[in-house]
Amino acid sequence: MNIDLWIVTFSALTVIATIGMGFWSARRSKTAHDFYVAGRSVSVGWNASAISGEYLSAASFMGVAGMVMSSGYDALWYPVCYACGYLFLLLFIAGPLRRFGAYTIPDFAEGRFDSPLFRKIAVTFVLFIGFFYTMPQMKGAGTTLAYIFPGLPYWAGVVLVGAVITLNVALGGMKGITLVQAFQYWLKMFAISVPVFVLMAVYGHYGEHIKVNSIRPSTVAGWTSYGGMMSYEGSEIVRKITPDKAPKDEAWISPFGPLTTKAAQAAKLSPQQARPYSLLYTYSLIIALVCGTAGLPHILVRFYTNPDGVAAKRTTMWVMILIGVFYLFPPVFGVMGRNLMPELYNGLTGVKGTDGVVLRLPTILDAQKFGPLGSVLSGITCAGAFAAFMSTFSGLLVSITGALAHDIYGRILRPKATPDERMKAFKLFAVVGGACAILLGLSVESFEINKLVGWAFAIAATSYFPLLFLSTWWRNITMRGAATGMLIGGTLSLVAIASTMFADQAKWAAGLKTWYAQHPLARTLAEQPAIWGLPLAIILMLIISKLTSRTVPTDVRMKMLVLHAPEKLGLKQEYIQEHHAAH
Amino acid sequence: MRRQLRLSIACAATFMVALIALPLLNYYLPELMSRRIFGFTLTWFVLGILFFPLVWIISYFFIKRSIALEDQEAGAASDQNKS
Repeated sequence: MNIDLWIVTFSALTVIATIGMGFWSARRSKTAHDFYVAGRSVSVGWNASAISGEYLSAASFMGVAGMVMSSGYDALWYPVCYACGYLFLLLFIAGPLRRFGAYTIPDFAEGRFDSPLFRKIAVTFVLFIGFFYTMPQMKGAGTTLAYIFPGLPYWAGVVLVGAVITLNVALGGMKGITLVQAFQYWLKMFAISVPVFVLMAVYGHYGEHIKVNSIRPSTVAGWTSYGGMMSYEGSEIVRKITPDKAPKDEAWISPFGPLTTKAAQAAKLSPQQARPYSLLYTYSLIIALVCGTAGLPHILVRFYTNPDGVAAKRTTMWVMILIGVFYLFPPVFGVMGRNLMPELYNGLTGVKGTDGVVLRLPTILDAQKFGPLGSVLSGITCAGAFAAFMSTFSGLLVSITGALAHDIYGRILRPKATPDERMKAFKLFAVVGGACAILLGLSVESFEINKLVGWAFAIAATSYFPLLFLSTWWRNITMRGAATGMLIGGTLSLVAIASTMFADQAKWAAGLKTWYAQHPLARTLAEQPAIWGLPLAIILMLIISKLTSRTVPTDVRMKMLVLHAPEKLGLKQEYIQEHHAAH
Repeated sequence: MRRQLRLSIACAATFMVALIALPLLNYYLPELMSRRIFGFTLTWFVLGILFFPLVWIISYFFIKRSIALEDQEAGAASDQNKS
């Protein structure tokens, strides 16, 4: 791909708009309250757009389309569960969590159990999940930028995205980021939907494209092929012949395809024997994605920016709608990419392979017939990808900074700091956190780290989700019970996933690889640990809490009242209160 | 709070029935699920398109009921205070 003027223009505009909004909103963020929770005054519409903007990372913007293209039906579980996870958040967590009135999730952990120790455990998990999630964003920014602008080194993208967002967070904190993320949601929505409509108008609609992925194309009559293309009788779609590296139509379009059968394939099972493992894998994937979404700290912290519990619930519903509408589009790219751009099945990873379909598919529009339309649309999707890196990283950085500046500095090291000092601490730690993220991003260029987001989801599903769920609804949970369940559930899941990665890649783990090949059940469970990790964490929490029931906080009735009483009763009591007097 | 929890569990159960049933249908009735509808296979149509409106409907219903319950609770409490 040559450097395209449109791509440069649109990408530059996105970056400039982001910086501009950062400066504009910096003037309006004045207090510590603004920096940590945007003054708790973000309206439902703004907050829903901002949460959606933060959540739709590059993995959603480019990765989902790429996965649908490379793995077919099974990959659809990702967008669906990414959106459906918010239902659990809405039903069980959003309202009570907001009513508690904390600044960060570790605040909640400490306040709910009256335990400073638990804050330390929770803050470790926040930082862990935060940096796990950050590294792939950084790497994605580096490789994508180097791909869009050939000749640019890897570090340029990492430093650019890292520096712009660090500046924004340090200038405006949560309040500044809210505006930027909300803008970036609508930019991404525009960037994913407009090209789809144009491409569908020219090349035939979504259903038509799936229709020509007939279950057995080679044996079904009605196919004619000529010069690398083939067309199906009665359909106007002309598709390119898919190369051998691509999955066959039958495996691609039906459930239990290549994505979920890896373990069984390593064990050389027949497709029929592999089906039970695929079913198990599917269920475990669903649990990890749904419960993981409801337990991601950098998303949860945004709910504290709502004015009250009812607004938090309304926000969640709108997030589901905004995200759901967005997720209708990436699979269309995947399906059309399979028919129109099969050369992306080149075995390369990242944007050079199928993940680049969102960026590259618009360029098939014929320049002679449509003028610069293809380049313009490709420029728009590149700008969308930029927005994706920036908005997700900004949310992560606010969450990491909150953990460092509020939990570690403001609560553990210097509990007596004034609000003004807390605000300065936020700015300082934003720069520290941003610098760490850039350095980490620079050091992972040659590592295969795209899986880390999946790890973050699995850990969140087996640690934070059970913690939040039980501690908002079960009054007899104790600190020891919660901590044990969270630590053991989260750690064992992490070890299990990591073991499959080492088995695949490290030489010293060759023995493990053969063992996994012989035991596809163990391999499936290790690769997708949520199906046992989540019940394990919950059972541990229940049992240990029963055993240590004497340590249930004495004012637990009051705490439950704060979590669940409607604001109208006038019992509202923010855990972290703003000190207006200080200004 | 108990009524809120019951409402949440009922909504979650509705959703989970759909979530658990779809892979099972794919597993046991592959012929049915690969029937074509508007060009899509039935299972693709359900997962890729219909699932989103389903969660929207559940969440809309939940919000309405949940806020009504809160109002009732608040109303009952203030009535007690008056008497």
